[in-house]
Order: sequence, then structure tokens, then C-alpha cells
Amino acid sequence: MAYVAVKGGERAIDAAHAWLAEARRGDATLPELSLEQIEQQLGLAVDRVMAEGACYDRGLAALAVKQARGDLIEAAFLLRAYRTTLPRFGASLPMDTGAMRLRRRISATYKDLPGGQVLGPTFDYTHRLLDFALAAGGTPPPAPQATPDGEATPRVTGILAQEGLMAPEAPSETEPPDLTREPLSFPAERPLRLQALARGDEGFLLAMGYSTQRGYGNAHPFVGEIRMGEVAVEIAPPELGFPIEIGEITVTECQMVNQFAGSKTEPPQFTRGYGLVFGHGERKAMAMSLVDRALRARELGEEVDAPAQSEEFVLYHCDNVEATGFVEHLKLPHYVDFQSELEKVREMRATVFREAAE
Amino acid sequence: MGILARADGAAIAARLDAAPPLPAATRLRGPETGLVMARGRQGGDGAPFNLGEMTVTRCSVRDAEGRVGHAYVAGRDQRQAELAARLDAALQDPVRRPALLEAVIEPLAAAQAERAAAMAARAAATKVQFFTMQTMR
Repeated sequence: MAYVAVKGGERAIDAAHAWLAEARRGDATLPELSLEQIEQQLGLAVDRVMAEGACYDRGLAALAVKQARGDLIEAAFLLRAYRTTLPRFGASLPMDTGAMRLRRRISATYKDLPGGQVLGPTFDYTHRLLDFALAAGGTPPPAPQATPDGEATPRVTGILAQEGLMAPEAPSETEPPDLTREPLSFPAERPLRLQALARGDEGFLLAMGYSTQRGYGNAHPFVGEIRMGEVAVEIAPPELGFPIEIGEITVTECQMVNQFAGSKTEPPQFTRGYGLVFGHGERKAMAMSLVDRALRARELGEEVDAPAQSEEFVLYHCDNVEATGFVEHLKLPHYVDFQSELEKVREMRATVFREAAE
Repeated sequence: MGILARADGAAIAARLDAAPPLPAATRLRGPETGLVMARGRQGGDGAPFNLGEMTVTRCSVRDAEGRVGHAYVAGRDQRQAELAARLDAALQDPVRRPALLEAVIEPLAAAQAERAAAMAARAAATKVQFFTMQTMR
């Protein structure tokens, strides 16, 4: 009996997957999407999949987007699964985002900051009206170019730190914990939290960050600086014994500046929330920096009473691959579990009715 | 190494066509693709943290003259990694070095600088010039 059911299931699954492949391709009279087209024209989807898949490779992320039919959480899942098939060669030296080749750099705290406000390719200031010209297609005119003035672009946090108004980051070269190697444990120190947030779900972090602004957590944030561009990645392979550059990657960084009333040991000053994500992911970087700051409540001696300030709540629920696994497993067969529930509820009902009748 | 890491295999091969031939080489390791954990710093300048992994391809070769070359390049381009390792070996030869620098490395570096400059020029065009800057100060 059980055997027959398995055979039947197998055939149905094969047919379902064949249909999935057909549905993925869509109308076969239309040209098929190439990975290059996805990489180039759906670049922000590719970036999001790399960030949440925690693996930087534009080509693989584009393939995942194609295979997942544009379902970006499924695509991140595919990328995470693929990365487990690859050996780990080592870790990079910490990247210097201060030396980023900037495509975008803005500050909401200083208008005339050294190096200026560089808008880059942004949706900001667009009117969010559907552009029907895009439906017709065509090549846009080339973007204007200007001669760079070569002005240095120091970090805004550095400008505040010079005045003593910004809590400095303690210099450290401690080997950071890695949650791909050891499971999360609490209390989680900041490097572990930042790793979890960097691969966390954008939607979840956005909602959590938003909650801190609406009063769940005592946040008064300002965007000190957002920068997006290319940073060099260096490793020091043991066979060479010195650092070499292995290429560059695109990242988005957000320094969120927050008021801090001070504590028994610290004077009133600004503190920072930090966001860093693979690719061009400004919303994610901003949300991450809000949540990072909220999660620092414990170490800064602030009250911990809002969801965004709870390490366990945020870190256990921010990973969309884990979350989707646990939520979606509910649709897999639970026939035996449910049978026992069924019997239990029937028995409880019988008891209640019997007692009512007595 | 940085220049070869930023150039794809086809671009390196195209440059090598115009260069004196590389000595024959045997593979010691790879080319093989794996992962490197990319690290950032909290707050941009504090303690390191693990941002996420990236694909990296590495290759080590020994050429006919006994020189060993290593390469690690971001991405999955095995041809790039192998050519970079062979060039790493050949560039250690003081006789070959000047011609290879001239025919391969310098043109690749120039092309990369040009692309970077074009990007910087686009960014510069989006730099906000506040009209009130002089009077506000």
C-alpha cells in the first residue's frame, strides 16, 4: 500500500517538475533570458540574492534568479546550497571601505562635507511614475561625465570622532566568529551579529529598522554617510606569505549616527549603527545599520525592551533561508502527526460532550 | 597580481597573443574554484567581521625552467587563474619580465584605469554643486 503511494508520488513529482521547467521558460515564442541579461538588467535582484545568499558571484546569482523564476528567496536558497559544495580557501584581510572607489556617497548630516555629495545611479528624486517609454525599449543616451576634482572623501564618522563627539571603534584584529562554521550562541558579540544581519532578509530588517523609528527602541538616527562602490579584496595565502589583491567587489555601506545620552562610564555623544552589504543594496544597508544600533543596547547600558533590541529575536528570525525552510516544511506530509492530533481532539470532544451530558 | 585578478581570461589570452610565448608549465594545483570569506570591519574601522563568502579560483604551476607561479582570482574563470599563475612564474624571470610587463600587464592596467576613470567621471557628474555654498560658509 505504502509502496504504491510512493510510486504514484514519484510520477506526480516528475510531472510537476516538468511543468515547472515549462512554466519557467514561459511562452517559447518569446526570446529566452540569458544570464548576462539578468546580471545586467536585473542587477539589483542579483545583488540582493548575493547578499542574502551570502556568496558574492554575479553569474551564479543570475543563474539562481533564472532558476527560481525571479523568486529571490528561493534564489538565495539555491546560492546557499551551492556554496556548500565549494571548499573554503581562507578569509580575506578586512576590506578598507574608506578606500572605496565611489559611485555614490551621500550624507544627511553635513551638506558641505569634504568630498561632497555624489548621487550616483539612484532612484532618489525620481517621481515613481511608471515610465512607459521603457515598455517600448531602446538605448538611453550616455550619462554625462565630468572631471573628478580629486577631493578626498573622509568618513563622516571620522569628522565627528575628531571633535570627540563620536564613540570610536575599538581597534581590534581579533579573529571574528563565523556562523557558517559554528551555530549562533548568545550573548552574540557584535561581529557575529553583523555577519547574521549582512545575510539577513531585507524585508525583515527593514521592518525591524522601521520599528525602531516608530518608537520600539529608543532611536534618533541620522544617515551620517552612505557609500556605494568598489572595494579591493586582499588575501594573504600561506604559500606566498604576503597579501595579494584577488579582485574587487561592489558593496554598500551605511553609517547611521545615533544620539546617545551617555552612561556611567561614557559621556553623552553619538554612537554608530553600521550596515555593510554585498552589491548595491542601500535599503538593506540602512535597515541593517538601524538594527545594529538597536542591538547594541545591552553593551551601551540602555534598556532592552523592544523587539529590535533583542538579539535572540532578531538573529534567530532574520535568516530567510532558515525561515522559509521551517515555514514551508509545514506543507510537506504530516499525515502521521496529524492522525495523532485528530485522535486527541476527537477524544477531548468526546470527554467534553460526556461531561456536559452528565 | 591585482591587475591580472581584475582581467578576465579572454583579455589576458588576447594580450598574450602579442607577447613572447610563455614557457611550458605543469599544473601543481588546480585550477580549482572555492570560497574566500570576505571580511569587513564594524563601523568601517573597528574589529573585523565576516561579511560573506565570494567565489575565488586558484592555480599553481611550475614552468619548464622550474619557476613556481601562484594565482588567486575572484570569480570562477579557470583560464584566468591558470594564465595568471603562468604569468606569475614567468614574471619572476628578469629576462622575460620587461617584455611581459609591456605586452600584457601595462595594457591591461591601462584598460582598467580607463574603465575606472569613466566610472569616476560619471560619478563626478552627479556631484551636487550647492549654489549657496559660498554664502553659507
